[in-house]
Amino acid sequence: MAGTPSTVRTNSRLIKWIDTRLPLFTFVQDAAIDYPEPRNLNYFWNFGSLAGTMLVIMITTGIFLAMQYTPHVDYAFSSVERLMRDVNYGWLLRYIHMNGASFFFIVVYIHIFRGYYYGSYKEPRELLWMLGVVILLLMMATAFFGYVLPWGQMSYWGATVITNLFTAIPVIGNPIHTWLLGGFAVGNPTLNRFFSLHYLLPFVIVGVVGLHLIALRQHGSNNPLGIAVKGPQDEIPFHPYYTIKDMFGLGVFLVIYAIFIFYLPNALGDPQNYIEANPLQTPPEIVPEWYLLPFYAILRSIPDKLIGVLALFASIFILFLLPWLDTSRVRSSYFRPIHKWVFWLLVIDVFALGTVGAHRPEGAYIVVGRIATFYYFFHFVILLPLIGWFERPLPLPESIAAAVTKKTAAAPGAAQSGAVS
Amino acid sequence: MADLAHGKPGAGTVPLADHAPTTRRDFLTVAGYAIAAVGAVCVAWPILDSMNPAADVLAAGAPVDIDLSRVQPGQQIVVLWRSRPIFVVNRTPELLKTLQDPRDISLLSDPNSTAPQQPEYATNWHRSIQPQYLVLVGICTHLGCIPSFMPQPNSVSPGWLGGYFCPCHGSRYDLSGRVYSGVPAPYNLPVPPYRFLSKTMIRIGENPPDGGDFSLESVEQI
Repeated sequence: MAGTPSTVRTNSRLIKWIDTRLPLFTFVQDAAIDYPEPRNLNYFWNFGSLAGTMLVIMITTGIFLAMQYTPHVDYAFSSVERLMRDVNYGWLLRYIHMNGASFFFIVVYIHIFRGYYYGSYKEPRELLWMLGVVILLLMMATAFFGYVLPWGQMSYWGATVITNLFTAIPVIGNPIHTWLLGGFAVGNPTLNRFFSLHYLLPFVIVGVVGLHLIALRQHGSNNPLGIAVKGPQDEIPFHPYYTIKDMFGLGVFLVIYAIFIFYLPNALGDPQNYIEANPLQTPPEIVPEWYLLPFYAILRSIPDKLIGVLALFASIFILFLLPWLDTSRVRSSYFRPIHKWVFWLLVIDVFALGTVGAHRPEGAYIVVGRIATFYYFFHFVILLPLIGWFERPLPLPESIAAAVTKKTAAAPGAAQSGAVS
Repeated sequence: MADLAHGKPGAGTVPLADHAPTTRRDFLTVAGYAIAAVGAVCVAWPILDSMNPAADVLAAGAPVDIDLSRVQPGQQIVVLWRSRPIFVVNRTPELLKTLQDPRDISLLSDPNSTAPQQPEYATNWHRSIQPQYLVLVGICTHLGCIPSFMPQPNSVSPGWLGGYFCPCHGSRYDLSGRVYSGVPAPYNLPVPPYRFLSKTMIRIGENPPDGGDFSLESVEQI
C-alpha cells in the first residue's frame, strides 16, 4: 500500500486501518501518551489542564442552559427562575455553570501566577504567554456578558457601568457606547447581543487555546527549575506519569468545586442579582463578580474618568509586556533571591486591590486603593526591570536530571540522621 | 546559472522581481486587491450598522409631556424619555438660595456650566428655563448610575447643602446638577432639550421655538 503505515501501537487491524487514513490515534499517542514532559513538574503544572477541563464543563452546561433561557428583558429573569424551580436538574446545571465561572478564574489566576513565578513567559515562550493573556481577556468579556443574562439588578447595573467605560474615549466615545448598546440605555437589544456574544466567545476561546497549545508544544513545558531540557534523562512520558497526576489533581479540585455547587451555591454571588433589573433604581452599591474586583479597584482609585479607564485596561495589557519588563535571564524565581520575595508583594497587592474593590470608596479604602494601584504599576514598570539588573541569581543546576537525582540521593541520608537523633 | 543553483548572488543571476519594470499584471493585482478591500468594507458596514439603535428604538424617543402642577415644592419626579430617567424638581426658594451660596460655588468643578452639558437657554446659574423647575438627565456622568436625590442639608455629609449623591462611586452634584470637584464624575448632569407648552406643562424632547437645535447628541457626556 502506498503512503506511510500507521505507527500506532495496537494489535487491532481496524484501528490500524483507520489510523493510516485518518491519523487520530497517532495524534493522541504523540500528544497525550508518549509526549515527553520535564520529569520535575510540580502540582502547579496541573492548572493548565484544569483550565481546559473547566472550559469543557462551562461549554457543556452552557449549551443546555441556553435551551431553557429566553433573552428578552421581559422574560429573562423569570426564565432563569423557571430553570431553577421547574426544569429537571435546572438548578444543578445553573449552579455548575455559575460557580464554574468563579472556579475557572481561580484556576486561571493560579495558572498565571505559576507562569509568573517560574518565568514561563521568557524566551522562547513569549507568544505562548501573550496568547494566554488574550484568553484571559476573552474570558473576562465572556464572564461579563454571561453575568448580564439573568437580568438581575447587578446584571443590569454592571452592564451599565462597564459599557459606560467606553464613553471616556474622547469624541467617538458616545457613538461607540450607543452602538454597543443598540439603544440609548442598556435594554432589550443589549441583552440579545450579549447572549449572542456569550455563546460565541467560548468557541473563540477554544480556538485561541488551540494556538496556545501549538505554541506550548513548540518548546515544551517550562519546569520549576526553569532550565531547558537537555536530553531524554530530563524527561518522562506524559502517560502514565502526568495523566495520573492530572487526574489526582482534578479529583481534589472537583471535591472543592462540588462543595460550592451543593452547599454554598450562592456564596460567591451577589444577592442583589436575585432582584429583577430595574432601570430606575440603582442598587446601593454596584460591585462586579469577585474575579474582576482588583481591576475595578484600579478604576475607582483614580479620581479622573479617562485616566481611570485607561489604568483599568493598562493593568491587563501590561501583562503582554511582561516578557520584556522582566530583564532577568534566569527563569525560575527558585534561583532569584530577591524576586522570590517580591513575587509575594504582587500577590498581596492584588489581594489588597480585590478587598478595596469590594468596598465603597471611603476613608481608608481610598488610601489603600491608591497605594495598591500605584504599587501594581510600580511593580511591573520599575521594580521588575531593576531587579533583573541588580539581582545576583543563584547558580543554576547542570540539568534537571542532575538536580532531581541529587535531591533523592540526599533524602535517605536525611531520614537516617533523623532516626539516629 | 551555476551561481543560481548554489543560491549565491553575483553576476549572472536573474534580476529580482522588485527590480522588474511595472507591468500590466502588477496594475491588475493592485486594482484587484483595492476592489476586494472596497467590497469588504461594503459588506462590513451593514453588519456593523445593524448594531446601532433600530427604527423602533429611535421612534420611542418621541417627546414626553409633563404636568408640573402635580410636582409639590421640594419634590422630584422621574419620567422616562428615550429610556433614560429624567429628573424634574420643583425647587423651593430656600433650595434655590443654596445654588448662589459662595460656599457651594467654591466647591464646584464647573459652576458656570461652561462645558456643553445643557442647551443655551439653560446655561445660567439655575441651569433651567425657569429657576423653580429643574429638568435633568438623571444619569451620572461617571459611569451611568442614577444619582440619589438628597435635598436635606447634612444628609450626605456634614455641611452638605442638598443635591445629588451617586451611590456607585460617590460623585456629588448640587441642586442644579453641577458636579463638585474631587469626585470621579467629570461633568455636570446634562439638561435635556425641553420647552414650556403653558405655565404648568413642559414637553421634554423639544427646544423652545427660539431655542436653537440642541440635542443630547451634542453634549459632552451623558
